[in-house]
Amino acid sequence: MLTAIYATAFYLATALLLVGVMFKCWRYAKVPQPLVIPTTPAPVTRGGVVLRLLREVFLFSSLFKANKWTWTLGMLFHYGMLLALIRHLRYFTEPVWGWVVMMQWLGVYAGFAMFLGLLGLLLRRFVVDRVRYISSPSDYLSLVLLALIAFTGLMMKWVSHTDVVMVKAFARGLMTFDWSPLPTDFLLLSHLALVILLMLVFPVSKMMHAPGVLFSPTLNMVDNPREKRSVAPWAKTKPSTLSEKEN
Amino acid sequence: MPVSKSKAEYDIPGLSQYVPIPKIEPDKMAHSQPFVAKPEHQESVGYPGELVDDWHDKAIDKMGELLGKYRSLQVFMDICTKCGACTDKCHYYLGTADPKNMPVARQDLMRSVYRRYFTLPGKFFPKLVGARDLTKDVLDEWHSYYHQCSECRRCSVFCPYGIDTAEVTMAGREILSSVGYGAKYSNEIVGKVHKIGNNLGLPGPALLDTLEGLTEDCEDEIGIAVPFPLDKVGAEVLLITPSADFFAEPHVDGLIGYGKVFHEAGIDWTISSYASEAANFGLFIGSYDNMQQVAQRVRQASEDLQVKRIVVGECGHAWRVAYSFWNTLAGPFDYLDANYPVPQHICELTYDLLQAGEITLDPRRNAGKVLTFHDSCNVARGSRMGDKPGGQFTIPRALIQAACEDFVDMSPNTIHEKTFCCGGGGGLLTDDLMEVRVKGAMPRMQALHEVIEHDGVTHVAAICAICKTQFAKTLPYFDIGMEMVISVHQLVGNALVMQGEVLEEEQSDV
Ligand code: SF4
Ligand code: SF4
Repeated sequence: MLTAIYATAFYLATALLLVGVMFKCWRYAKVPQPLVIPTTPAPVTRGGVVLRLLREVFLFSSLFKANKWTWTLGMLFHYGMLLALIRHLRYFTEPVWGWVVMMQWLGVYAGFAMFLGLLGLLLRRFVVDRVRYISSPSDYLSLVLLALIAFTGLMMKWVSHTDVVMVKAFARGLMTFDWSPLPTDFLLLSHLALVILLMLVFPVSKMMHAPGVLFSPTLNMVDNPREKRSVAPWAKTKPSTLSEKEN
Repeated sequence: MPVSKSKAEYDIPGLSQYVPIPKIEPDKMAHSQPFVAKPEHQESVGYPGELVDDWHDKAIDKMGELLGKYRSLQVFMDICTKCGACTDKCHYYLGTADPKNMPVARQDLMRSVYRRYFTLPGKFFPKLVGARDLTKDVLDEWHSYYHQCSECRRCSVFCPYGIDTAEVTMAGREILSSVGYGAKYSNEIVGKVHKIGNNLGLPGPALLDTLEGLTEDCEDEIGIAVPFPLDKVGAEVLLITPSADFFAEPHVDGLIGYGKVFHEAGIDWTISSYASEAANFGLFIGSYDNMQQVAQRVRQASEDLQVKRIVVGECGHAWRVAYSFWNTLAGPFDYLDANYPVPQHICELTYDLLQAGEITLDPRRNAGKVLTFHDSCNVARGSRMGDKPGGQFTIPRALIQAACEDFVDMSPNTIHEKTFCCGGGGGLLTDDLMEVRVKGAMPRMQALHEVIEHDGVTHVAAICAICKTQFAKTLPYFDIGMEMVISVHQLVGNALVMQGEVLEEEQSDV
């Protein structure tokens, strides 16, 4: 029964996550950017823009310029989460890929980095008056949600183990549509429920910043307006000269 | 200007060793409002004369329309994580301590409404995600705080997702205008350009008079009747410059500088009475249509006068519009000389001449001056000069350094892409917004003050008509002399070695 509920919830959440993110991205791609607005100095070639985006995505370079504390906490959280996610690949691959095996030990500590980073960000939200001012309940709750996911995960690693063999069987079962039972300990069930919740809110929340940053015109446009003319489809019907308009 | 400081009813921020990040003081600037545009101003730019009855629905419709037309707005509304990185980056927040002047909070004035009407969580759980209905109070708040943003883009430099509050401010202003609640200053000015061709409403004959006067001044001063041609058909270069250059101080000395450079380099040039304005406040009010109409005047003038090149004078937002948007709005410019960029900045032109050895600058003629340079926001963060990124920083500095021996930069946190706005950009250069202008000027003034004290800086050079006017007006509030501000091309003009010039025995400092 429990297995069925979780399995169904996972399918549903995955579907909604994919559809939601794809819908949003389709919308971002579809809405034109009528004017060339990179924040300059900006790269003058496509390749340069790719580098700029890579620096933003992997190094948080603008954030580094802005605030070293937020940058440090953000790096801890995001890279911690990334490594923890990589560690989780062992539940989905059989045999487990070699590089995933090699990174298992890192993933353990990464969980702590993620948790600490999140706590720091949460603390900052409470303590810094400017950040408190701009925070809505949902801003605290997203951090709490992620922190709880990290916390329950860490608890299972360090305090109360779950049956990872069964978990893996469940995960593989989801992928092959051949369900196998889920362990029933509270930590695991909460961990998974929280992940499902995260997947559900992702497309309708600020978590869309992850794919969204790639669509940000100030970052992804090439600085070449003098050389290359671009006109948005909705602006094409406008008269291109004044005299044309007067006639 | 006499120091009107004593008359001010508000505190002038003091200058200290560094710019402190203030503790938030909610609603400190809630009283700041620009004059509301009169019906004739509104109508001159294609908007309803006064607040329409169904403003609520109209505003939401307009927001929906803009969300579908501008990827910037759509993406920026969604992806802010409230990380807070931008909260201490806006000069208006630093100068006023009003939290709604923090870039993210300024965006939230609109984002809260966006969430309510355009997102699922906002429809079902408004409290949870900080969503709210659009009420008249909200509209008033927009009118106030979207006119406490100079659209300077400083926040976008620090945002991890490049969120540019200027885009949100522009959208906010366009929505306000479209429901009949625009601001007088910018809307009136755009209307004047449509009608007469420049922000001042200066008609052709007056312009001719002024330009002839400049030729006479040059003849008196250096013995050369430097021409300032108007509407000269077949000239090689059409100069599009902010109309403030025609009469305001210190702008006009910059215009004389351009004239001298053209003359010495043997370039046949002209000004157009039909398009006698580089400024394009269509940008400030967020109106593509108005911005396009103003840009198209320039194209029209270049065709009518059969010129081969278009050169733009010293003006910040005008250069952004020219460099980044003209090609889109009024291009293609394939009928112009392809050997030169279209448009070309006057600094690029002078720099190229200098590199090619076609003009000579003698820095001794500016002896006694110690210069610093104020990067104008729109040039720094919204455009480029030359063919390398960052040319907008190096080229004007190279000109200043060629024209004057002593040059010092202000603190690295306040120049180049991190430059602080003068406080008067983005359509705020009006007396009804004096308080926010003075307070917003504080971070720039602080950095300037530091180099004055520390390095003996005597002059700050600028390449923007708005910056020059704003400095001249606000410097006295900070006990700095308004004569400090100078055009880059005034320095160039002073230093330019000209054939046939008659030098006075003692070249006096201007
Ligand atoms: S664009 Fe400039 S004035 Fe506007 S919020 Fe950002 S930093 Fe402040
Ligand atoms: S820096 Fe960007 S993401 Fe962070 S609060 Fe400001 S606008 Fe939002």
